[in-house]
Formats: sequence, structure tokens, C-alpha cells
Amino acid sequence: MIYSLYIINKAGGLIYQRDFAESLNKLTSNEYLVLAGTFHGVHAITSKISPVRNATSSGLEVLEADSFKLHCFQTLTGTKFLIIAEPTHGNIDLLLRRTYDIYSDYVMKNPFYTPEMPIKSELFDTNLAKLIKQVSS
Amino acid sequence: MSQNSRISSVLSSNETRLIKRVSIVERNLNKTKGAEVGLGAFAFLFSEMLQYAQKRVHGIQDLETKLNDFGYRVGTRLLELIVWRDKNSKRETRVLGILYFIHTTVWKTLFGKQADTLEKSTENENEYMISDNDPLISKYISVPKELSELNCNSFLAGIVEAILDGAQFPSRVTAHSLPIDGFPLRTTIFIQLDKEILQREEQLK
Repeated sequence: MIYSLYIINKAGGLIYQRDFAESLNKLTSNEYLVLAGTFHGVHAITSKISPVRNATSSGLEVLEADSFKLHCFQTLTGTKFLIIAEPTHGNIDLLLRRTYDIYSDYVMKNPFYTPEMPIKSELFDTNLAKLIKQVSS
Repeated sequence: MSQNSRISSVLSSNETRLIKRVSIVERNLNKTKGAEVGLGAFAFLFSEMLQYAQKRVHGIQDLETKLNDFGYRVGTRLLELIVWRDKNSKRETRVLGILYFIHTTVWKTLFGKQADTLEKSTENENEYMISDNDPLISKYISVPKELSELNCNSFLAGIVEAILDGAQFPSRVTAHSLPIDGFPLRTTIFIQLDKEILQREEQLK
């Protein structure tokens, strides 16, 4: 099962957050923002501390815990997509890619969207819901 | 021009296939296959047009008029092009003829498919509707709630208006969102023909 999706802009601001499961603990909107900002910071640190010489690190990509796992995908422009899912769920990478596809179609090609601002796009919501439904079934 | 040829010469060193590439103004007008524009490219261009227009208008009505104007400029050229491309084209003199031409040929040229329905209004003699269940122009556009009246297919309405005008069927064309089950994005192009056309139609009978 997919739990939730977060999209973080290149400055570390949370621009989209959606839960797909009923049973999740809810946070206040401020706490979501703090969470996103914190992750952004941790990601920045992890991409700097590669122990391998002369290698650039991609930063944090997967975070696993007993009750969930978190996958992060950073686009070339610095936007980060986080998917939180059940620990046993496979193929999250593909799902992240598909989410990125939908994002570039229904968010970036939408004339009423201002880059780096919170996403309020009806078509993005519906197409994302369709994708998640497809993956869960 | 020089910019263009420079780019192609840079590219050609990498890929020989590109040597034959000619700039868009030198391409054969008659060639349609493989000359389609990418939908992504169009979507970005249209998005910029909308943002440009939005900065220069007051209100939704005004914005739709502006989009209509943009479309009008496309339509006048498009009619010319379609008629020129079609070897057996004839001049449409009847209302149904020109509307059918728009419903099929024009739609195919623009979107690669026919429009979904062509209907006549039951209330007024001079009103017709062409509907598209899944309009390509607004495929990626989510209109925010405060602008919910806006239909970006006013651009398409402008194209249709110009074609009707160019074919001597002066009329008023507008776009409306009329969702039905299964097609939430369905858009209807509403055509109001001038009264004098109906008089002319009577004489032609």
C-alpha cells in the first residue's frame, strides 16, 4: 500500500502533500512543512558526506523503518518527490517516475501554476489518484 | 535564419540525418505526415500565451475575447492552408456544408481526430454546436476556482469563427464547458450565425 506523497520544491518548501491511506496519523499543516524542511536539510547533508573519494552522492534515496519506507526522487531541477509506502511494497522507483510524468504534464504545463508554489491543480489530483489506484490494485 | 543554419550545422556533425533538415519557413506546405507539432511544445507555448494575455486584461470576459482574437489569427491562415492542401476542395456555400467541413476536416488537421458531435440548437434556427469530449488544447490546463467561468477553448472558438468568416458565414462563436458523464472536460463550441445567412440559405434552396 502507498501511504503518502510529498513534493518539496528546490528551496525546501512543501508544495504538495497527500495521504492515500485512511489509517495514517494526521499532522497539522505546520508540522508537514517542518517535516519537509527537515528532510530537505538531511538530504542536503547526505549528498555532501559521501565517504567515497571523488564521487558525488545523490543524497538520501531510501529510508526504511519497521512500519514504513520512504523513497526520494530528486529531479534535475531540484524538486524532490517523496513516497511513503508499506515496507513490502515493490517498484516505488517506477511509481516516482510516473508521478514525475504527471507532475510535468498537469502542473508544469498548466498556465495557472506559478513555479515553486503550492500545487492546486484539479487534473493533477485526478490523474495522481488514478495512478495510485492502478498501483494498489 | 543564420542562427537556424548554424544550429543545424552544429547538430549535423553529430547526426548526419539532420543535414537535410530545413527551417520551418522553407518546408513544403503540402507535407503533413510527420510534420505534426509535439503536444508538449504546444502546451508550453499556449500556456505562455495565456499568461501573457492574463496580464493585459480585466476580467474573464476580456480574457476570453483576447483568446478568441488569438485564435482568429490562426483560423484565417488555417482555412487558406486547408483549402490549398486539398486538391478537390470546393467552396462551401451551404451552412451544413461548412459546419461539416469544420467538424471533420478542420478538426482532423488541428487535432488528428474528428469532433465528437455536431448539433443544431432546438431553440434557434441560427445556432449550432460542435462538441469535443476531450479537447486537446486544454488537456493539461486546470482552471482555478476563482476563474471557473473561463474556458480556454475560446482560442478554438476564435479559430472556428475565423474559418466561418473567411468562408462568408459571419457569425459569433464562443466556447462553453458542458461536462457529461465520463467526459468531465467536454467542451462545446457554440456558433451563432448571422441572420442574413439564413436568408441567403432560403434563396439557395
